[in-house]
Amino acid sequence: MAGFFTNKGFQPKRQSSHPLPPGQYETTDFPVLTAGPTPRITLSQWEFRLEGLVAEPVKWSWAEFNQLPMQDFNPDIHCVTKWSKFDTHWRGVSVDTLLEHVRLKPEAQFVTEFSYGGYTTNVPLADLRGGRAFVGVQFEGQPLAAEHGGPARLVVPHLYFWKSAKWVQGLRFTAADEPGFWERGGYSMYGDPWKEQRYRDDDEPAASRL
Amino acid sequence: MSRITWQQATVTGIKAETSHVKTFTLRLPQFTPHLAGQHYDLRLTAEDGYQAERSYSIASPPEQTGEIELTVEIITDGEVSGYLNEGVGIGDQLEVRGPIGGYFVWAGAANAPPLLLVGGGSGVVPLMAMLRHRRGVGLRTPAALLFSVRTAEDVIYRAELEALARADSTFTLLLDYTRQAPPGWAGYQRRLDAPMLAEVVAHFGPAQPQVFACGPTGFVEAAANGLLAAGLPPELILTERFGPTTG
Ligand SMILES: Cc1cc2nc3c(=O)[nH]c(=O)nc-3n(C[C@H](O)[C@H](O)[C@H](O)COP(=O)(O)OP(=O)(O)OC[C@H]3O[C@@H](n4cnc5c(N)ncnc54)[C@H](O)[C@@H]3O)c2cc1C
Repeated sequence: MAGFFTNKGFQPKRQSSHPLPPGQYETTDFPVLTAGPTPRITLSQWEFRLEGLVAEPVKWSWAEFNQLPMQDFNPDIHCVTKWSKFDTHWRGVSVDTLLEHVRLKPEAQFVTEFSYGGYTTNVPLADLRGGRAFVGVQFEGQPLAAEHGGPARLVVPHLYFWKSAKWVQGLRFTAADEPGFWERGGYSMYGDPWKEQRYRDDDEPAASRL
Repeated sequence: MSRITWQQATVTGIKAETSHVKTFTLRLPQFTPHLAGQHYDLRLTAEDGYQAERSYSIASPPEQTGEIELTVEIITDGEVSGYLNEGVGIGDQLEVRGPIGGYFVWAGAANAPPLLLVGGGSGVVPLMAMLRHRRGVGLRTPAALLFSVRTAEDVIYRAELEALARADSTFTLLLDYTRQAPPGWAGYQRRLDAPMLAEVVAHFGPAQPQVFACGPTGFVEAAANGLLAAGLPPELILTERFGPTTG
């Protein structure tokens, strides 16, 4: 590879037995990244909603939510702050399962994930279907800790982890792709780690993604 | 060229801040004015094409144009900080892109609320950019920095912070030594806790400060929880966590 920039004498020190997306390094730690204090949500107040472009909105209490069929999933996690964590163990409800409870309007193409504490993030609806996204309530056999988004966080492992909203409160279906919290601050609208879509300038023109 | 593509910066200065913290001055072919609190990504490439990327907060204020300063804590065995420490000299080139981040920033409006900065270790870096900006534009927004360090040797930017505290009666420097305080020290010498934060917040009187807290994860978690306990509303508390979970 002639002609590309190199840093003389730079040698890798981090090794990973897993394929890493560009710019990422492996950690066995579980770093916490949040824009503000950790919200504490009591289970008696907790609810999860599906709203926006649906025939009828639904909502579940914590007890109702835990009656839904749960499954285990073991994703690799890629955070935009450069760490990747492989083979994590979660339990939760697949978004496919949740979607069985609503009738989506045809123009619903995008989703705003909204959270306790006011956080939002956007994702194409298609990316939450087909067994690729979950609402996780357990991590490594324990209830999900508040720092990591407990009682429940969305987990969309094929995108950078900021798309996996902590303290998630619901999904709002929209016709247009509306930037969420970090996206308004210049982060990628889509966030594919394998294409290294960290910031808005890294995004492909929308047309070429379809 | 779009705003945050990679560029090759030239190292024009290296300054030891403490025995394991260094500031690198980078001259940028494409300087974009930043906001105090933003960061740059830095990328290293090995001969075989292997790349490592890390984020570093900008230490210099927006008033310092054409170049940026990054202050890096050298982690033993750290892949990127280790190379910056051992492999980089004046005149070398480093690939960076930025400025990045639109949230943990202090724009410094004249009518802004008082500023409470809470830093642990290298978490002081973006906070220093805010203080330098505040001084650079001549704002007298009441400000305090609660800076938690292990020992006296670990006070990054010590001379500048002490000079600022002497010259500006609206700025208060509060050092907190968690491992060993210097002889005769009458200030804080314990890990940050809720009573300490309540005391620091009370320092501003009835006005509620805007808080920026930055440092290792455990530190920021303790700071944010303590500030909530002290009665500050969550929307006044902005946090940036770097480093591992055990901090
Ligand atoms: C937005 C943002 C801004 C940042 N700004 C700064 C800054 O201004 N100055 C600065 O020095 N760092 C900053 N960091 C941290 C920086 O990006 C790197 O994580 C750090 O330099 C370590 O990288 P490394 O390659 O040297 O070590 P690595 O090879 O990644 O790690 C070596 C070992 O050190 C541990 N480790 C990693 N980071 C830290 C840490 N911060 N403290 C203690 N142990 C650690 C790892 O878990 C690992 O075991 C920032 C991080 C973020 C996300």
